[in-house]
Amino acid sequence: MAEIKEVTYNPETIIDELGYDDHFHEHEHGGDKYQVGFISKYIFSTDHKIIAKQYLITGIFWAIIAAGMSVIFRLQLGFPEENMAWLKPLLGKWIVVNNDGIGTLAPEFYYALVTIHGTILVFFVLTAGLSGTFSNFLIPLQIGARDMASPFLNMLSYWFFFLAGLVMFLSLFLSTGPFSGGWVAYPPLSALPQAMDGSGTGMDLWLMSLVFFVVSVLLGGINYITTVLNLRTVGMTMLRLPLTVWSFLVTAIIGLLSFPVLVAGFFLLIFDRTLGTSFYLSDIFIGGEALNHTGGSPVLYQHLFWFLGHPEVYIIILPAMGIVSEVMSTHARKPIFGYKAMIVSIASIGFLSFLVWAHHMFVSGLNPFISNFFILFTLIIAIPSAIKVFNWLTTLYQGDLHLRVPMLFAIGFVSFFISGGLTGLFLGNAPIDIQAHDTYFVVGHFHIVMGVAAFFGMWAGVYHWFPKMYGRFMSETMGKIHFWVTLISAYMVFWPMQYLGIAGVPRRYYSFDSFQTFSLFDDMNKLITVFAIIAFFAQLIFVFNFFYSIFYGRKVTSKNPWKATTLEWSTDIHPGHGNWAGKLPTVHRWPYDYNLDNVAFKPQYLPAAEGEEVVH
Amino acid sequence: MIDRFENTNTTIHPLMFVLWLGMAGIVMLFGALTSAYIVRQSAGNWLEFQLPSLFQWSTLVIVISSVMLHLSYLGFRHRKLKQYRIGLLTSFLLGIIFLVLQYMAWMTLYSRGIQLTGNPSGSFVYVMTAIHALHLVSGLLAIAVAIFHAFRLPYEITQKRVDRFKLVLYYWHFLAGLWIYLYLFLNIM
Repeated sequence: MAEIKEVTYNPETIIDELGYDDHFHEHEHGGDKYQVGFISKYIFSTDHKIIAKQYLITGIFWAIIAAGMSVIFRLQLGFPEENMAWLKPLLGKWIVVNNDGIGTLAPEFYYALVTIHGTILVFFVLTAGLSGTFSNFLIPLQIGARDMASPFLNMLSYWFFFLAGLVMFLSLFLSTGPFSGGWVAYPPLSALPQAMDGSGTGMDLWLMSLVFFVVSVLLGGINYITTVLNLRTVGMTMLRLPLTVWSFLVTAIIGLLSFPVLVAGFFLLIFDRTLGTSFYLSDIFIGGEALNHTGGSPVLYQHLFWFLGHPEVYIIILPAMGIVSEVMSTHARKPIFGYKAMIVSIASIGFLSFLVWAHHMFVSGLNPFISNFFILFTLIIAIPSAIKVFNWLTTLYQGDLHLRVPMLFAIGFVSFFISGGLTGLFLGNAPIDIQAHDTYFVVGHFHIVMGVAAFFGMWAGVYHWFPKMYGRFMSETMGKIHFWVTLISAYMVFWPMQYLGIAGVPRRYYSFDSFQTFSLFDDMNKLITVFAIIAFFAQLIFVFNFFYSIFYGRKVTSKNPWKATTLEWSTDIHPGHGNWAGKLPTVHRWPYDYNLDNVAFKPQYLPAAEGEEVVH
Repeated sequence: MIDRFENTNTTIHPLMFVLWLGMAGIVMLFGALTSAYIVRQSAGNWLEFQLPSLFQWSTLVIVISSVMLHLSYLGFRHRKLKQYRIGLLTSFLLGIIFLVLQYMAWMTLYSRGIQLTGNPSGSFVYVMTAIHALHLVSGLLAIAVAIFHAFRLPYEITQKRVDRFKLVLYYWHFLAGLWIYLYLFLNIM
């Protein structure tokens, strides 16, 4: 193999010579109107980079709360006999202390914890925290735009998310507790305020919060799509977009088409709750008394919910996939393998995601004939997923791997996506799903494939783009500890769960005391809890590393520390409003020119040399 | 609000594109409601009833309103100030009449014993028309802004004002089309 020539580029001179002059900085009337004053700069900012950081930090806040909740309910599952009185100062009346001073977690609060843990992580952390952060941060920077199509709607999008979070946060402090009927909020528990404690005000706030959240997602998503399709710089054709941008685009389209359906489902739910309609309710007795509702069908809600619910898992995983592709190619110093195949896979996953929702409902009494349709499409999704995995592995193969922290997390992502994805093939088959549906097998499966995997993609992104966000590096040592501890403990939490599931241990149980059969698994439950706690503390290392490095991390000294090809690395170390100080860069090649023609890398703004044929 | 960067390589205005995407979202919302209707109907225990004939009149009204707004737009483009202003006012007024007719249709339904809380077949009619009416209110607000422009701003044909008028126009046509869809759907089902 021929010697690879190391190169450095000076983006300023190249962009100055070849860039596109949009007269952006001439428009500014007496200084930059976006950068005046603390409030308009950092709080009600319309700058996509600040909004991205707001999403990220809000996401971290919610992730800590949701992870803390999981530690508490894991304590209950692993050590049901232990005294939990020490949690009383935090949880108050939800820890019931008996005469001997032994505290136990109130069962109704256990369900509230599980419900809110799911809601927060799925929506606030892995939707807003992941695609909200990176779509905002990377779309304008990577396509060569000054900002989003509508910076104002973008700001509104964040503040609707904030409002959603605020309402959800308030619901945690209700005397009747937050909603506790599961994050999917199936009726009748969600539709009847009198069904249980959490179904009253807790559910009202839950619904209000999620409606705000959907508004936020739609405002954000509409903006992302418009920006990608309308504001690409000169030369940035669709086949020169980094895979990150492709994944954000498809994610936003999926969100735009599926979240309104969820809202329709919520509207009907709200009418059932407040106005006495019977969309989801029929023939219900509470305390021996028959309710007025007739003619409704709870399965109707499940259809509407899962029409969003399944695309939602791709809304979560696609941005992670895009980030991983980008990070992996950069740190393996190789073009991503099968760039076009990656795009086709992303698009076909997005399309197929709308045809599989009822595989969540095999146990709801769905017609087995109809189930076949959903089984077929569910299994077909394995094809684009496998193509992506194959492409990641072949990108790594014979690469010049730099095992920095973002790269480790990217590889970790692939590991989790494979092992969690394979169990998805089990569950996609109705005959197996009907057996496994209400067991820990499902919990293990989805936590690995869309929980932990998406988190790993997010961390890969945070470690990789932190230098661009804050002009400093995160600590490599702490990052590596974070990686290894999380990798091992996440597997040690969720692999045993799949074993439990195959052995028939049901999920959603507060306690297994009454079932002698399951006492066999007490030790395994303890093991899971211990590793869950270890995983939780490993995240504190990350949180510390993140905030410490914002202020005291090693400073970035060159514009392009990873020697990456994409446009964001041609901006100043601390890009101001409008991202590029002078002209906009123009694009002359695809984003994965690593080690081609024996040159270490060629950034996208670099024009083709005489006689050179660019890949796209 | 929009920073339109002139390096865009498409001809559609970003805000118009935003509107199209928003309309796609609304289509999904009503697609979900009407699918839910079909799913629920096929499950049986479904009360059949006659829709109030007022819905025919409201359909006519919203179509005329849509035409009026279009005439107003043409007036604006061809410097016919009178047509521009009267068209706007008429379409706004007809929009309000539409809402009143919808309300009267509800009352008719109610007096025939089809209540919001009864069989879901009736609840669906109330809910779908109500959510459509809410969207129509947002359209009326947009027309109100256009009226303000028509009477307060000096008359001139600038690209910005054409773009803005088009946003209102397309949205209003969309809402009319949406109602026709709902009307046909409810009648055929």
